[in-house]
Amino acid sequence: MIDTVALAMLGGSLRVSTPFLFVSLGECLTEKAGRINLGNEGVLVLGAMVAYATSYETGNPWAGIAAAAIAGLLLGGLHGAICSLTRVNDVAMGIALMLAGTGTAFFFGKPYVQPSAPLLPGIPLGFWSDSPQLRNALNVCPLFFLGLLAAFVMHWGFRSTRMGLRIRIVGDSQDAALALGLPINRTRLFATAAGSALAGIGGAFLSLYYPGSWNEGLSSGQGLMAVALVVFARWNPINCIYASLLFGAAGALGPSLQTVGVTWGYYLFYAAPYVVTLTVLILTARGGTALRGMPGQLSIGR
Amino acid sequence: MTAIGIEAIDIGKHFGSFHALSGVSMKVAPGSVHGLLGENGAGKSTLVKCLLGYYKADTGSFLVDDREATIERPADADALGLGMVYQHFTLVPSMTVAENLVMSRRDVPAAIDWRAEKAALGEFMRGMPFKVPLDAEVGTLAAGERQKTEIVKQLYLQRRFLVLDEPTSVLTPQEATEMLGLVRDLAHSGQLTIVIITHKLKEVAAFVDEVTVLRRGRFAGAGLVKDLGAADLTAMMIGEPHAPANPERLGEPAAEIRLAVRDLRTAADGGRKGLSIAALDVKAGEIVGIAGVSGNGQKDLVEVLGGQRPIEAGEVLVDGTQYDASRAQSQARHVRVLPEEPLRNGCVPPMTVVDNLNLRAFDTANSRLWLDRSAMAARAASMIAAYGIRAPSPIVPIGVLSGGNVQRCVLAREFDGDVRLLVLANPCFGLDVKAVAETRARIMAARNQGTAVLLISEDLDEILELSDRVAVMHDGEIVHQMPAAGADPQEIGRHMLGHH
Ligand SMILES: Nc1ncnc2c1ncn2[C@@H]1O[C@H](COP(=O)(O)OP(=O)(O)OP(=O)(O)O)[C@@H](O)[C@H]1O
Ligand SMILES: [Mg+2]
Repeated sequence: MIDTVALAMLGGSLRVSTPFLFVSLGECLTEKAGRINLGNEGVLVLGAMVAYATSYETGNPWAGIAAAAIAGLLLGGLHGAICSLTRVNDVAMGIALMLAGTGTAFFFGKPYVQPSAPLLPGIPLGFWSDSPQLRNALNVCPLFFLGLLAAFVMHWGFRSTRMGLRIRIVGDSQDAALALGLPINRTRLFATAAGSALAGIGGAFLSLYYPGSWNEGLSSGQGLMAVALVVFARWNPINCIYASLLFGAAGALGPSLQTVGVTWGYYLFYAAPYVVTLTVLILTARGGTALRGMPGQLSIGR
Repeated sequence: MTAIGIEAIDIGKHFGSFHALSGVSMKVAPGSVHGLLGENGAGKSTLVKCLLGYYKADTGSFLVDDREATIERPADADALGLGMVYQHFTLVPSMTVAENLVMSRRDVPAAIDWRAEKAALGEFMRGMPFKVPLDAEVGTLAAGERQKTEIVKQLYLQRRFLVLDEPTSVLTPQEATEMLGLVRDLAHSGQLTIVIITHKLKEVAAFVDEVTVLRRGRFAGAGLVKDLGAADLTAMMIGEPHAPANPERLGEPAAEIRLAVRDLRTAADGGRKGLSIAALDVKAGEIVGIAGVSGNGQKDLVEVLGGQRPIEAGEVLVDGTQYDASRAQSQARHVRVLPEEPLRNGCVPPMTVVDNLNLRAFDTANSRLWLDRSAMAARAASMIAAYGIRAPSPIVPIGVLSGGNVQRCVLAREFDGDVRLLVLANPCFGLDVKAVAETRARIMAARNQGTAVLLISEDLDEILELSDRVAVMHDGEIVHQMPAAGADPQEIGRHMLGHH
C-alpha cells in the first residue's frame, strides 16, 4: 500500500508541480528585474482558457500552448507598460491584472466549458515496466521537461548572458543601472512580458494536460502561491524546481491517499500545499535570512 | 590611448529655485591631475555630473579636446571615454566584483564566457596597485574595498578622462598615497586626465597639478598648485586663510567604565569572519580609537552597537548593565551612533531634512499622540544653523543633499542633547576643511564633558590626534591596545596588517 501511495505521489507531484514551475519561473524572472507581478494568477487562468480554446479550434494542442504564451506575453506586457509610468504601484496594478485576467477568461471561456479539445500526449517513460501504476506515474507531460529546460536556461542566463546580468542590475540597483545607462523600463517590460508568457504556459498545462479540461475552478491559486515559492527559492531558478516539486508533492498527497481508499480528512490533505506554503514561509523567515538574495529594487522590500 | 583635455564654459544648473551652479568655468589640460575644490555643497559633484551626462546643464557648454560635445546621457560621456567614480557608490551589491566589472564594459557579448573573462580579469588585476577579490559579492565588501573596486573598474574600462569624487575618504593613508601615485603617473605618462575632488589639502599639495575652486555654486579661483600655498587654497575655499586650530584635551578620563564589550561574537557573513572581541572598554570622558584596515570588522562592530547586527555570544554593557541597542534603551542610556555610509544606515533618504534631523527624538519630545511639527522644524532649524548645513530648503528629501551635508545632518542629530556614549564611524567622511576642524572640536568637547567616545576611523592621523587610547582591529579581533600618547604609527600599521 505504501508503494502505491508513493507511486501515486511521484506521478502526482510531477503533474502538480509543472504549473508551479512555470509560474514561479515567470515570477522569478519578473522579480529579478525589480518588479512584482501578482497578476500571474490572472495570466494563468487566461492562458488555460486560450490554450484550450485554441486547441479545440485548431485541433493542435501545441498551437494552444503557443497561444497561451502569447496571451501571457500581451497581458504581462500590459502590466510592464503601465508600471513604467511614474507613480503606478506594481502590487496594486498586479491585483487589477489578476482580476482582469480571470474575468476575461471566464467571459470568453464560457462556450468552451462543454466541448472537449485535443489534449497534450504524455511521454510514456514507464514503458519498460509491467506495473500499470508505475506506467501511469511515469507518464510525464513534455511541458515538465520544457520547464526544467527553462529553469536551467534562466540559471545560466542570469550569470552568463548580457540580458540576464542587465536584468539583475536593473532589479538590484537603480543607481547602478542609471550610471551604466541601462534602459530600466524597457528591461523591466521585457522581464514582465517574458515572465507572464511562462505563466501562460503554466495555465496551458492545467487545461491541456492535468486536470485537462477548462472550467472556472481550474486554478487553485497557483499563480499567487508562486510568489511565496519564489521567496522560498531565494530568487534562484534551480531552487524553483525543488520548490515546485515540494509543492507538487504536497498537492498530490490528497489525491494519492484517495487512490488507496483513505477517505477521512479529505479536505485536510487537499489543504497540504497551503500548509506547506505557510510552514515554509515561517521557517525560512527565521534568523532574518529570508530575504537574502532578494532583488534590491522590489517594491515590497524597499 | 591618449589623455583628453576638457573645458567647461559658463555652466549653470538649478534644482527647482535653487541655483547649484551659476556661470562656472573650468579648464583641464590633457595629461594633468586637476583638483576641484570647495566647501560642502559648493557644487563640485553637480559640475562633474553635468559633464558626465548624469545631469543636463541648463546653460553653458563642454569642449572635449577643443571640440564642442553634446553630453546628454551617461552613454554619451561613455562613448567619449569620460568616466567617473561617484561619491555614492554605483556598484551592484548583489553581484560579484567580476560581474560588475564585465557588465560595465560597452561591448559585453550576448553570452559571456566566464572562464575566459576570469582569466583576463586575473591578468588585468595583476597590474593593479591594489587587489580586490573578484568572486566576492560587492554587498559584502566594506566601503574601502568598494571604493577600490570602483577605481579598478574605471581603469578596466580604459578611461582617457576620469573624475574621482572624494576617492580617498575611505582609504587608509597608505592606500590613498599608493592609489593617487598610480593615477598621477598614468596622467603624467599622457594616458589619462584626472579631475579629483577632495577636501584634503595634503593630497592637493602632493598629487595635484592645477586647481579650480568653487564657492556657493560660483567660480572662486584657479591656478597652478606650485604657485599657491596652503593658505591661498584655504582662503579660496572657505574665505579664511586658516582652518580653526585643533581643540584642547582637558583632564583625564574618569575611572567609570561606560561601554564594556565582553567576549562578543557575531556570525560570519558572506564569506567574511564575524567579530570575536574578548574585551573592549571605553571610560567616561575617554576617546578610544579603533584603527584598522577597512573590512576587518569595524563595520560589524558599529552595526552591533547601532542595533543593526545580532550578536551570537557575549555581551555589550553600558553603565554596567546589558545593552541591546533597542530604541528604548538607546534613548534611556543616551547612546548615539554615527554609522558608516550614513545616508544608507542612518537616514531615510526620501524623508525631509527636518524629519531626518528629528529621527532620534521625535517620539520623546512630547507626550501627545501627534507630532509637534513646529517644534520639530525649530529644532531642525537650530541644527542647520549650528552645523552650517547647506540645503536648498529644510523640506527637501535628505537624499538630494551633497555628501558632506548629509554627513553634517547626521552629526548634528547624533551630537544633539545629552549624550553619554557616542559611537562614531569615520565622522569626518566627506567634510570640508572647516567642517573637519569643527567636528573634531565637537568630539573633543564631548569628551571633555564626560561623554565616552568610541571612534572608528580609517584615518590613522585622526585617531592619533583625538584618542586617549588606541585599539587595533584585525580580522574581527582587537589585536592590540595602547595609550595614544607616544604611540608609534609604524607599530600600529604592523598590527593593522596582522603582524604582531
Ligand atoms: N538632485 C538634487 N536636487 C536638489 N538639490 C540638489 C540636488 N543635487 C544637489 N543639490 C544641491 O546642490 C548643492 C550642490 O551639491 P553638490 O553635491 O554639487 O555639492 P558638493 O560641492 O559636491 O559638496 P560635498 O563636498 O559636500 O560633496 C547642494 O546644496 C545640494 O543640496
Ligand atoms: Mg560632492
